[in-house]
Amino acid sequence: MGIDLPVIWAVIIGFGLMMYVVMDGFDLGIGILFPFIRDRGDRDTMVNTVAPVWDGNETWLVLGGAALMAAFPLAYSVLLSALYIPIFLMLAGLIWRGVAFEFRFKADETHRPFWDKAFAWGSYIATFSQGVALGAFINGFKVTGASYDGGSFDWLSPFSLFTGVALIVAYALLGCTWLIMKTEGELQHRLKALAPTMTLVLVAAIVIVSVWTPLTHPSIATRWFSFPNIIIFSPVPVLVVATTWVMMRVLRNETHASPFLLALLLLFLGYTGLAISLWPNIIPPAISIREAAGPPESMGFTLVGALFVIPLILGYTAMSYYVFRGKVRAGEGYH
Amino acid sequence: MFGLTALELARIQFGFTISAHIIFPAITIGLASYLVTLEGLWLWKKDTTYRDLYHFWSHVFAVNFAMGVVSGIVMAYQFGTNWSYYSAFAGTITGPLLSYEVLTAFFLEAGFLGVMLFGWNKVGPGLHFFATVMVAIGTLMSATWILASNSWMQTPQGFEIINGRVVPVDWLKVIFNPSFPYRLAHMTVAAFLSVALIVGASGAWHLLKRRDTPAVRTMFSMAMWMVLIVTPIQIVIGDQHGLNTLEHQPAKIAAVEGHWENKPGESVPLILFGWPDMAAETTRYALQVPHLGSVVLTHSWNDQIRGLKEFAPEDRPNSTIVFWTFRIMAGLGFLMLLLGLWGAWARWRHELYRSKLFLRFAVLMGPAGLVALLAGWLTTEIGRQPWVVYGVMRTKDAVSNHSALALSITLIVFIVMYLTVFGTGIRYMLQLVAKGPQPYGEHPPEPESGRPARPLSAVPDSVDAASELPSGSRR
Ligand code: HDD
Ligand code: HEM
Ligand code: HEM
Repeated sequence: MGIDLPVIWAVIIGFGLMMYVVMDGFDLGIGILFPFIRDRGDRDTMVNTVAPVWDGNETWLVLGGAALMAAFPLAYSVLLSALYIPIFLMLAGLIWRGVAFEFRFKADETHRPFWDKAFAWGSYIATFSQGVALGAFINGFKVTGASYDGGSFDWLSPFSLFTGVALIVAYALLGCTWLIMKTEGELQHRLKALAPTMTLVLVAAIVIVSVWTPLTHPSIATRWFSFPNIIIFSPVPVLVVATTWVMMRVLRNETHASPFLLALLLLFLGYTGLAISLWPNIIPPAISIREAAGPPESMGFTLVGALFVIPLILGYTAMSYYVFRGKVRAGEGYH
Repeated sequence: MFGLTALELARIQFGFTISAHIIFPAITIGLASYLVTLEGLWLWKKDTTYRDLYHFWSHVFAVNFAMGVVSGIVMAYQFGTNWSYYSAFAGTITGPLLSYEVLTAFFLEAGFLGVMLFGWNKVGPGLHFFATVMVAIGTLMSATWILASNSWMQTPQGFEIINGRVVPVDWLKVIFNPSFPYRLAHMTVAAFLSVALIVGASGAWHLLKRRDTPAVRTMFSMAMWMVLIVTPIQIVIGDQHGLNTLEHQPAKIAAVEGHWENKPGESVPLILFGWPDMAAETTRYALQVPHLGSVVLTHSWNDQIRGLKEFAPEDRPNSTIVFWTFRIMAGLGFLMLLLGLWGAWARWRHELYRSKLFLRFAVLMGPAGLVALLAGWLTTEIGRQPWVVYGVMRTKDAVSNHSALALSITLIVFIVMYLTVFGTGIRYMLQLVAKGPQPYGEHPPEPESGRPARPLSAVPDSVDAASELPSGSRR
């Protein structure tokens, strides 16, 4: 007794998705920043800061999908068929930007702009559709029995379009602060100029989502505004305000890693807020992690592997970041 | 689209995307182990030929790997998007196996790939070699898990069905299901063989172009040894695999052989060529060798195997297709055997690097491994129909409720996108191969003008620039 498998798995999947948002967030953010940085040398430097690590970052997304199927097969089945079109668009976006890492350096002068565009467009489409999927997830799905019973376009709503745009801003800020940490000189200067506006826009988006969801979802309103929850959860909004304030100050000085860390904190807070709103549902609005859980034979078997291997993964991921630590300079490269 | 049903469209979509995907993993699996061999030989013998070959093939590897990753991510989601009833029913088995693949294989590959491709001058030779080995181990682990998962769908065991879904009761039985060892061996060897043929073809191509350098000779010679030794092994594994399938999926073998019915006391002939006709329940224009079917499939002179007519029409796989895909695979297998033997003979006669006819044959056989591999998968998967989990769940009960319209649109986009993206990638790979192995570290310094930053890409130079495409003036 004692181990509550569905809860443990919900936490692991939540952790995996968090890792994904954080890590692939900053490299998708680099594609999102492409339209703002036009110089080719700068673009090369930007891409170089993530070339050795992007594949590992994206693997967290695969873990999210696989673990969801293992632990909550019902949720995997319902969510993925309900979100067929946004997921299709996300995959399409990830394909273009993933191959563009390699292709843009191999293309000749006439084709290179094409792969630069593919990199930027792929990043925008992938991020936007992830945000849309998130919005649709918050809105909930129509389920009868054990299968999705809505239409192909139920995911489309003003709210989901808004979260799509909001996620673009969030990843752009992650990418921007990551690059502040990894670059120097003129490029870094440009990015520092962009960061404050992005921070404010992101915070505005967080505020709008925080007002919009309780207004449209009474259950979420009760979750946050009933006593004693309102006190227990109050650190979340307070910390958002505090983080924003520190971020705006830090961006004026010469610090390098702290804007990135603060951006991570901001995203983490937003993520926590969502988790508070939705817990314990895995197919909102009504199906909880317990109802969607797979048999203990599947969850237990996979848990053994997860507990042994995830620490190892974190270890060698850290090693890889350590090998490629420090500023990436223009002209510094492969040899 | 073309009057196809949603089920057919979902199947075509899955079949198309997985067939595109499997090409890249096959190359990844084979090349990763080849790179380990090359780097090991370089560290051991300190012969720069091996180092140069390592860098040459690692550039190809990098482009290929990126395509393997992005096409693979599509697969991980298609179980849910296209086969949601399958996922709800058997995700309890596919999900854990896929999770183990992510945990033990994908992260390992991704974590060490950066060091392997970009770390040559950042870490010591020992750690770099370690990274290459880890990537190669990752590719093999990946094959192990995904093939366990696929083999379970072919020969399921170790589970019960409770409340309308599969509950695994014995994981060892699930993983080590009857077809798994054969499929793992056959597929891994297929990947090695495919890469040996590709390496061999590129060596032969350079030799024909009179670029007779030690590096080119070395890779060609290595590849020909590999083909010589590994092809017979593959044929033996394939034979054993077939016997195993006969035991567990007799309808598939009947379809592969185009064998409809037995006459009492008569042996089974081997139909070399013919046209199995599903409607007429016969194989037309059959060109057959008496007794050979019995010999190959039962290893006896007269024993019989079950014919397709012994299975209800709705339980029969499409014999017309699998009859031919199987023959393409096996036929190419025997051509590879011929290539290996001819290579040994040419080596013995000291004309391995000179015999024009032989070199041309080696070039032609370059894609043969990948073609055989695809043909093999088509045989396996189409031969499993109409079941998605053999004998347990039918494919028609597995498919999600998408409209034919939604599936048609996404299918068309997938096809156009894959052809553009992967077509370009394959062209880049071929251009890299065409440049040939270069002495490592002897590049002329970057010109001051031109590109300011040396890109941190696993492939250092623009390959288009070196290609035949006259940039600027498009045709
Ligand atoms: C025999 C081997 C094999 C087979 C049958 C498959 N794959 Fe694959 N896959 C690999 C061998 C592989 C690999 C060698 O491990 C790859 C190729 C390049 C790479 O990055 O890893 C890979 C990549 C790869 C990735 C990207 C991993 C990453 O982010 O690094 C995913 C998500 C999948 N595959 C998923 C699948 C699924 C769901 C399959 C079945 C339907 C499938 N693969 C068939
Ligand atoms: C890697 C090489 C593979 C190839 C080339 C391949 C090919 C195919 C093809 C052509 C189909 C369509 C068959 C038809 O509709 O008649 C199919 C179906 C399918 N395959 Fe595979 N397959 C491969 C590996 C796998 C693996 C590793 C898995 C599972 C882990 C898998 C699971 C499925 C499923 C779920 C379907 C859909 C149901 C069906 O149509 O049977 N396949 N595959
Ligand atoms: C002439 C010798 C060969 C024989 C007798 C043979 C036999 C078989 C059989 C019976 C299957 C179907 C197994 C099943 O569905 O249960 C199969 C599948 C397959 N074959 Fe072959 N094969 C031969 C050569 C090759 C070669 C040369 C390659 C590639 C280089 C290859 C690659 C494959 C692959 C990838 C599959 C699908 C995966 C699997 O089910 O193992 N085969 N082979």
